[in-house]
Amino acid sequence: MSSTGSVVFQNVRKVFGSFTAIHDLSLTIEPGTLVTLLGPSGCGKTTTLRMLAGLEHPTSGRILIGGKDVTKLPANERDVSMVFQSYALFPHMTAAQNVAYGLASSGLKPKEAVEKAEEGLRLVGLAGLGDRLPSELSGGQQQRVAVARALVLEPQVLLLDEPLSNLDARLRRRVRTEIRDLQQRLGFTAVYVTHDQDEALAVSDRIIVMKDGRIAQEGAPRELYEAPASSFIADFMGEANVMPCDVVGFEDDQAMIRLGALTHRVPRRNVSQPGAAKLAVRPNAIVLEPADKAPFGGVVTHSAYLGDHVEYEVETDAGRLFVIDPAVERMLPATTPVAIAFRNRGIAIITS
Amino acid sequence: MGKSNRRLDWCFAAGIIALLLLPWYRIERGGFFGFSWLGNFPRGSNEAPGLLQATMHGRWWLWVAIALFAVAILIRVASPQSERRGSWLALIGGLGLGFLALQGLAIGFAGWTWMISENTLGPLSTGQPAMGAGAITLSIIFTLIFSFGMAERGALKGDTFVVGAISLLVLLVSVFVFYPLISMFIGAFQDFDGSFKPDGFLRNIVDPSIWSLNCVIDAGRCGIAWRTFFLAIITALGSTILGLAFALVATRTGFRFKKGLRLLTILPIITPPFVIGLALILLFGRAGVVTLTLSNLFGIEPGRWLYGLTGIWIAQVLSFTPISFLVLIGVVEGVSPSMEEASQTLRANRWRTFWHVSLPLMKPGLANAFLIGFIESMADFGNPLVLGGSHGVLSTEIFFAVVGSQNDPSRAAVLAIVLLCFTLSAFLAQRLWLGRKNFATVTSKGDSGNHAALPRSINIGVHALVIPWAIFTLVVYGMIVAGGFMKTWGLDNSFTLEHYIRAFSIAFTDNGIVWTGVAWNSFWTTMKIALASAPLTAAVGLLTAYLIVRQRFAGRELFEFALMMSFAIPGTVIGISYIMAFNLPPLEMTGTAAILIACFVFRNMPVGVRGGVAAMKQLDQSLDEASLTLRANSFRTIRKVILPLLRPAITAALVYSFVRAITSISAVIFLVSAEYNMATSYIVGLVENGEYGVAIAYSSALIVVMILIIACFQLLVGERRLRRRPEQAGAVLPVPVPEEKAA
Repeated sequence: MSSTGSVVFQNVRKVFGSFTAIHDLSLTIEPGTLVTLLGPSGCGKTTTLRMLAGLEHPTSGRILIGGKDVTKLPANERDVSMVFQSYALFPHMTAAQNVAYGLASSGLKPKEAVEKAEEGLRLVGLAGLGDRLPSELSGGQQQRVAVARALVLEPQVLLLDEPLSNLDARLRRRVRTEIRDLQQRLGFTAVYVTHDQDEALAVSDRIIVMKDGRIAQEGAPRELYEAPASSFIADFMGEANVMPCDVVGFEDDQAMIRLGALTHRVPRRNVSQPGAAKLAVRPNAIVLEPADKAPFGGVVTHSAYLGDHVEYEVETDAGRLFVIDPAVERMLPATTPVAIAFRNRGIAIITS
Repeated sequence: MGKSNRRLDWCFAAGIIALLLLPWYRIERGGFFGFSWLGNFPRGSNEAPGLLQATMHGRWWLWVAIALFAVAILIRVASPQSERRGSWLALIGGLGLGFLALQGLAIGFAGWTWMISENTLGPLSTGQPAMGAGAITLSIIFTLIFSFGMAERGALKGDTFVVGAISLLVLLVSVFVFYPLISMFIGAFQDFDGSFKPDGFLRNIVDPSIWSLNCVIDAGRCGIAWRTFFLAIITALGSTILGLAFALVATRTGFRFKKGLRLLTILPIITPPFVIGLALILLFGRAGVVTLTLSNLFGIEPGRWLYGLTGIWIAQVLSFTPISFLVLIGVVEGVSPSMEEASQTLRANRWRTFWHVSLPLMKPGLANAFLIGFIESMADFGNPLVLGGSHGVLSTEIFFAVVGSQNDPSRAAVLAIVLLCFTLSAFLAQRLWLGRKNFATVTSKGDSGNHAALPRSINIGVHALVIPWAIFTLVVYGMIVAGGFMKTWGLDNSFTLEHYIRAFSIAFTDNGIVWTGVAWNSFWTTMKIALASAPLTAAVGLLTAYLIVRQRFAGRELFEFALMMSFAIPGTVIGISYIMAFNLPPLEMTGTAAILIACFVFRNMPVGVRGGVAAMKQLDQSLDEASLTLRANSFRTIRKVILPLLRPAITAALVYSFVRAITSISAVIFLVSAEYNMATSYIVGLVENGEYGVAIAYSSALIVVMILIIACFQLLVGERRLRRRPEQAGAVLPVPVPEEKAA
């Protein structure tokens, strides 16, 4: 990889007709990192990626790649390349021709292009399959051809638009590891779009969660999972029970919260005033004990056995909770009254 | 960065050549490609290039264009690539093109064309001939400067190729579709010398021979507009009913010759439009087989009933039933079987199901077929020309107003406007009113099940319609084949090759082959022109399809609508409008091969557009986007990715436009010249001279040629589809588009 570039969006807005897809988006991506744009469908993540590729032009604002303003530059003159969700392999060209296509477009001599294409195929472990048509390759192989085709151009930034969504679950895990390995080995900047939070957590240096055309939260994977800023993030990054609670006091960087008659300590974060707040609790951070009386309790309404864990629904004063319990040997039937306690991890105060 | 400047530099180099080295005006004798102008170049006042025209020959107005061009060069040199520069270039390009068009229209052979400019600016010492190589090149250069400027401003994501293609297409469509129509409207108010004279228009627009309703009031004759209108209504009714019957038989019964019925749909594509009329004359004319047999057997006096609306009606229903059949097959198959099954489970019998479920669901499709039949009948020129006699319809009357003894272009223009109003109303009704009412598309995906069988009475009814009509069609086409081999139709039915020999004889002399047959001249002209126009049509059509499907630009929907509207412009109207537009400066093209080619390209282009749009929609857009992100520009994307994947659509468009160029008559008959005579107009000439034998021999030869061409392409495409390219978009050929026109 000859060069690797940063990406900057400055106050970018994109309007389609009367619909505003992106509201005043500003972000910075450091060179050599893999950043994921994560969000539900329609959140604007793909539009953001397409603006970076030059396939859409922003209504206002500026986009810089490697410090250079590319806002008005057409796609084919930008130093980025993209792996498409459908792979978009040209069906009438062989794998090698597909990989060589961009090289030839950039003005390389045919011979050099062929050589570099072979090298690219070798890089993704497809040496020797260059003569096959895309229809003669498996889904995973097609995906790798698409990656090779984008990588041989040595772009400043590699864009990946849901690159795993057409693969089956098993393959998905392997390919995402491969992509991450390749990125770390070659050290290029990558922008990765997905709606799958597991995928995002697994591959990213940083994650940008988007909602309704705005950034909802941005940070390292661990930060987002363990300290979600809003109930949307808490629920989107893995499941979470969101329940009201009272902040009753502070102790160093800990906050004391009360639920019914139960008190619990959680990291304080940026809460400064006692009073009503919200709590996001992961389903596996809740501990259930059968008990008739408890400081904070409820009644099991549904239970389901799922092999390595049991899923419960528990009706409480704070609403219905979803609980995952690894103790499969002790399964609580419906109508069991239970006492509820929390583990120390997987619980966070949220501010919105 | 450098790319943009390099493009501009090429542009400027071409512009300088246009101003210095190409004759600015049209070369009358021999044409540009005759190169006889080289003798007088660059001094002759007709042959001089633009710059010398302005300095030496008193065409001072050209300085404006030259100055604008120079300013564009200055801007390019003085400022670096930027949005601002783009705006300036776009402005200069637009002004330059606008000015060239304006001066061309304002200044004719004898000076100012418009009184108002003469009064304000004073008389000119010299006029100017039509635009030539130099002027046309510079117009294109200005268009390119405009589009490069727009691209530099960031229009359409800064894609120069796309902006350039759209600008050029809009220019071409304006020049070859809208400019002629506007000229025709103006022509209605003008006299020969171009002066404003509304008398002709006023006299014609109220002419009782057009608008009289006497046939309703008393026994007199109705005006030609009403007669054409009534004819179109009954033709549309007839062809829709027959088309529906054929469609029902082909899809809902156990009829044994279903596949044969489907073959019928190919007939209207390969049949020159007047051939049916001709065959009817051979059957029912005064010397026709049927007429003579009846007269011999029963002593029925041979009548002239065929020559008039009745005959035209029969010929048109024969011609357009296959088109209606084609439209209605889709409609009948589109009715969701589960609806009919639902109806039957709700205790409705077959009759009730058909009458209350199936038929209402088909209604929009039936209305569509009716409107297509209406437009086709209105636009039909060949059959009325052969059968009309003195009882003409609008399209033939337009023709006779120009070529006949009347020679009244104003009348022709008025009639053309009336005809255009009828067809455009039908087209608008079809698009706006029916556009939203398509029940056939509401079927859900997993729709399986069987169509309900027809009620018994209807089953018998459709067979009773279809079988005789199919036999009748076969007999008519049989006539066409047989007619060429009979000595004198009706009088002497002995076998002869005489007609074919007269048309297609070849002599071998010492000087090689001599094409002695009378048909060869027009045959080769037809082939050449069809061969030249087919690739152009396909290219323009598919490029337009690409722009419509893949690019979002301001006015795209209007552009598409305008293109599709040109479907509804009858060929006769195009013919008359081309004569009125291209007979005088600024663009003089009448009598050349170019005007025929332009006519075919812009008349048949909508079909290419339609096929291209359908095929392009099957191609995943991410393929083009992938190509763009792989550093390829749009042009390379089209060449390397889209075209190879669209190959079936391309061949279909090529074949279709080739065949249409051979069979069309209505527009062509206005545009042919002694030098460039087309087969169809030559055959019509033969018919007018009463040489039926040669005419029919020539027609059947044409039909055979076209069948061969279609078969060849079918084979080629069929072969390609055997190969393992599963993702290829499979548009099958030839695609006879429902809205096509036969005239």
